[in-house]
Amino acid sequence: MGGKSKGSDKVKANPKEVLTGVYYIDGDVASGFGALAAGCRFIGGYPITPSTEAAEAFAKVAPKAGAVFIQMEDELGSMAAVVGAAWSGVKSMTITSGPGYSLMQENIGFGAMLETPFVLLNIQRGGPSTGVPTKTGQADMMQSRWGAHGDYEVIAISPDSPQEMFDYTIKAFNLAEKYRCPVMIMSDECVGHMTEKVVIPPADEIEIEPRRLYTGPPDQYVPFKPDEDLVPKMARAGDGYNLYISGLVHDERGYPVEPSAFKAQYVRRLVDKIRRNKDKIIELKEEGTDDADVIVVSYGISSRVAVKGIEIARERGIKVGNLRLVTVWPFPDEKIAALATKAKAFVVPEINYGQIAFEVARCSHGHANVVLVPHGGAGVHIPDDIADAIEYAFKAEGKIERVIEFKTRLERTVFEEGYTLKE
Amino acid sequence: MATAKTAKAEEVKKTTGLEEIHPMEDLLRMDRMPHIWCPSCGIGLAVTAFTAALEKAGLDPNMVSIVSGIGCTGRVAGYVKLDSFHTTHGRPIAFATGIKVGNPKLKVVVFSGDGDLIAIGGNHFIHAARRNIDMLVICVNNFIYAMTGGQVAPTTPLTAFATTSPYGCVEPPFNIPYIADSSGAVYVARWTALHIRRLTKSITEALQKTGFSVVEVISPCAMYYGRTNRLGDGLDLMRFYHDNVEIRHGEDTKNLDIGFQTKIVCGTFVNRDRPSYMERYNEWAAKAKGATK
Repeated sequence: MGGKSKGSDKVKANPKEVLTGVYYIDGDVASGFGALAAGCRFIGGYPITPSTEAAEAFAKVAPKAGAVFIQMEDELGSMAAVVGAAWSGVKSMTITSGPGYSLMQENIGFGAMLETPFVLLNIQRGGPSTGVPTKTGQADMMQSRWGAHGDYEVIAISPDSPQEMFDYTIKAFNLAEKYRCPVMIMSDECVGHMTEKVVIPPADEIEIEPRRLYTGPPDQYVPFKPDEDLVPKMARAGDGYNLYISGLVHDERGYPVEPSAFKAQYVRRLVDKIRRNKDKIIELKEEGTDDADVIVVSYGISSRVAVKGIEIARERGIKVGNLRLVTVWPFPDEKIAALATKAKAFVVPEINYGQIAFEVARCSHGHANVVLVPHGGAGVHIPDDIADAIEYAFKAEGKIERVIEFKTRLERTVFEEGYTLKE
Repeated sequence: MATAKTAKAEEVKKTTGLEEIHPMEDLLRMDRMPHIWCPSCGIGLAVTAFTAALEKAGLDPNMVSIVSGIGCTGRVAGYVKLDSFHTTHGRPIAFATGIKVGNPKLKVVVFSGDGDLIAIGGNHFIHAARRNIDMLVICVNNFIYAMTGGQVAPTTPLTAFATTSPYGCVEPPFNIPYIADSSGAVYVARWTALHIRRLTKSITEALQKTGFSVVEVISPCAMYYGRTNRLGDGLDLMRFYHDNVEIRHGEDTKNLDIGFQTKIVCGTFVNRDRPSYMERYNEWAAKAKGATK
């Protein structure tokens, strides 16, 4: 078993769960291996393209580490089982895509309400509905934030390579335990099926956030009484506390309460425990933004493509900055606001018809233009389109009080005849 | 524990020195009383039978988790002093599957209603039975959606009235023991809320089984089912059970359909053994471990 490392609550990973070595694997498999390394003991899932390889990878290695993969009857059951497993005391996760993600939403909200730590891997595919099951998309980003009813906050991260799928799956588990909330790995088919070198380090180089278990006097345990960082200590079924865990709005004991003062107090904390800790949660990768005229904001596979687009635009003599959202939720409002006062415009390439671009516009407060480079899905952007969008944003004069949709080559070809997009 | 004592109980204590204590106080959350159930509802009786059975079965209450879904019976978990989980509509069995597989040392009981377990949660019911997840499912069947005001359920007898079947139910109902049996449950019984002693015995037996066990409890709902169908009050419904229940242990579960005001067959119908999910999984896992050596 792993021991405690100095100066941190984190512990080292368990060598039995870390498949140390150098691999040539796809992102799905890397995430399955990452889950095991993070100490995940339970994955409940339902097969759905293009996420199945992650489940298969975990199912194969799980029994050897004393973990379980159980293939549930549907995604509703998968998500409910994952929340149940978390309360039994183990780290748990589910893996899905497209329609499966929609089916899970109710119990994601339930998990958030109960402050349950768990990880959800979404290998996004083309939607809506059955969409394009085998090809990529980034159109679930808003769903990951607002998918279930009611107010709550989640954390969403967006890896862009198989190596990151391993690394950030571990980080996702660590964040889930630290903030006791659902953490979504918002990957996509391209990253999931991309095969690259993945280095799995030795167990003693992997830091694991253990569960925030209550250790004080048993008769003084109050299940939903928060610590200073607004996150309460957790107990497990079988610890002898006679937990009362309900999806109803509850007081600190877990007992259902109806007065609006209680609701305000409880739901406010659910939201604030993420919002007030966002500086500690958010991870961004930033390059050349200090003196940039145009800043490309991207995430997931689109950030891989954006690198090339930025390179082409720089060859055209434009000062371009690169802001990659590793953490998409909570959103880096302040960072975007600060950059908006310095740069002329933001360019947001995403494989949807505008989700994060509108967030960027919201946070720009009218100081910078926002150009959306949409992609309908089932493929990724052509780097030249991103470069052209950067050039367009650079040359556009004055403030434009809306998100400007840049027409890509694909869109121009498709909509040349018949359906016309009026500017 | 901060138990809300009535003024009368205080007076009795003053004059006689005797304290009024609910016999199941150790297993109930007395600080949550009074409960929400209507007078003459059968759910309280089912809870009494369950708590009595829990003592008889000799289980450590700290190692028992109780999981409910949504609805009148969905509130049971919140009144029982175990690790209590009041989950989402239809999902208690799936949630309980996670608890059981996450920590196989725990005894897991799902206590919920017919709508929750057989309509919206029907898929989890049959699959947990098929896998033979070690859990006891107590399904209170009141033939109606009571919490939401008396809508038709998949257990509403053909021709019976409900607010959403105002001309009589046109759908044949599910026979719960038959579904449980044919899906692989190792223990299947049905009693009415009137059969407290037999119900307690069945729940005790079921708690001692390893595998997916189902106990159906036919419960009077005078407020909605009884009123909508002009069947009288709670006592009338109980009297109906008394006059119309046939006890047939070991009866083929195919023959357990319930019609509108027809005879209700009760008894223990299935009691068998087959390997549970965790037993099989551990066996397979041992093989997987051996394969790499």
